[in-house]
Amino acid sequence: MSKFKNKKKGELPAISTASLPDIVFMLLFFFMVATVMRDNTLLIKNSLPNANQVEKLKKDRTTFIYIGEPADRFNGKYGTEARVQINDKFSSLEGIGLAVQEYVTGLNEEFKDKFVVALKVDKEANAGLVSDVKQELRKANALKIMYVTGEGEVEE
Amino acid sequence: MAKRAAPEVNAGSMADIAFLLLIFFLVTTTIEKDKGILRSLPPIEPPNDDEVVIKEKNLFIVLLNRNDQLLVEDDPMEIKDLRQAAIEFLDNGGDGSCNYCQGKRDEASSDNPDKAIISMQHDRETSYGKYISVQNELVAAYNFLRNREAKRLYGKFYPGEDDVYNAMLAQKEKNQFKKDEELNGRIEEIKKMYPLKLSEAEPKKN
Repeated sequence: MSKFKNKKKGELPAISTASLPDIVFMLLFFFMVATVMRDNTLLIKNSLPNANQVEKLKKDRTTFIYIGEPADRFNGKYGTEARVQINDKFSSLEGIGLAVQEYVTGLNEEFKDKFVVALKVDKEANAGLVSDVKQELRKANALKIMYVTGEGEVEE
Repeated sequence: MAKRAAPEVNAGSMADIAFLLLIFFLVTTTIEKDKGILRSLPPIEPPNDDEVVIKEKNLFIVLLNRNDQLLVEDDPMEIKDLRQAAIEFLDNGGDGSCNYCQGKRDEASSDNPDKAIISMQHDRETSYGKYISVQNELVAAYNFLRNREAKRLYGKFYPGEDDVYNAMLAQKEKNQFKKDEELNGRIEEIKKMYPLKLSEAEPKKN
């Protein structure tokens, strides 16, 4: 009998997992604070270029336009040429003015004359398409734009 | 009857619940990129017959071709040299009316920062990443000069601060609910010293 008892004594005590919830909650709170809910499902590839002369974006008066090559799952349907996405769906160039107007109509009165259109453009996209979009924005009288970028050194 | 102690609630599954929530947040949220380069587009103007004549020397032409190669004032250039070249052009002060400029006062370059215009042209097939790099460098040139003047004029209000212009902008941002006329006036003053004249021609079609 004493043989078994000895064995029991040499065993390591189980590691306490009582603090595991605390650790996980800590992570949870970090993610809750540092992230925001996705509000648009991206249909396109969207890796942004880097820049270091950046200003902060004011979310309360900004609408987004995404530009980039359609995501892999849409390649069969939409090809690989870069496209414009506004609010969950692809848009034509002509649709931009309308979308901007729609956004401005729903905007708070105090921001109506200083709203910003943020362009989230994939770095592989052609600059020509971006200028087409800018031309449409000029026609829609949306003259403040922001090129959304990551923060970091520019690519050479 | 003797009072019985309430049985302890088992907290062993707390971790599971927390994990569940954690994974939910990981999946449904993103870390948003919320910074960028702010630019203003020129309004569309009715076609005008009398064209504004801009002297050749007051124009700093930056071309970016379809292979992402850079041509600045008819010379090929690397992106890393662009900022310095733009600073030298803006800060030249050729006609002597700019008393705060520290440039070479070269007759063949820009008259003063108010007249100096940077014109950027790109091809339709230029990549957007490169385009942003060039924009970034040109904005950086303006920011460098504005910061230099901000430091000279108002550096005493921001001791130990290296980037005075940005400090002023940050302060303005912080005071957005109570107007600080003095600060706004100072920022306007600096912006007027080096007005951002960065024109973008429409891309060449080919």
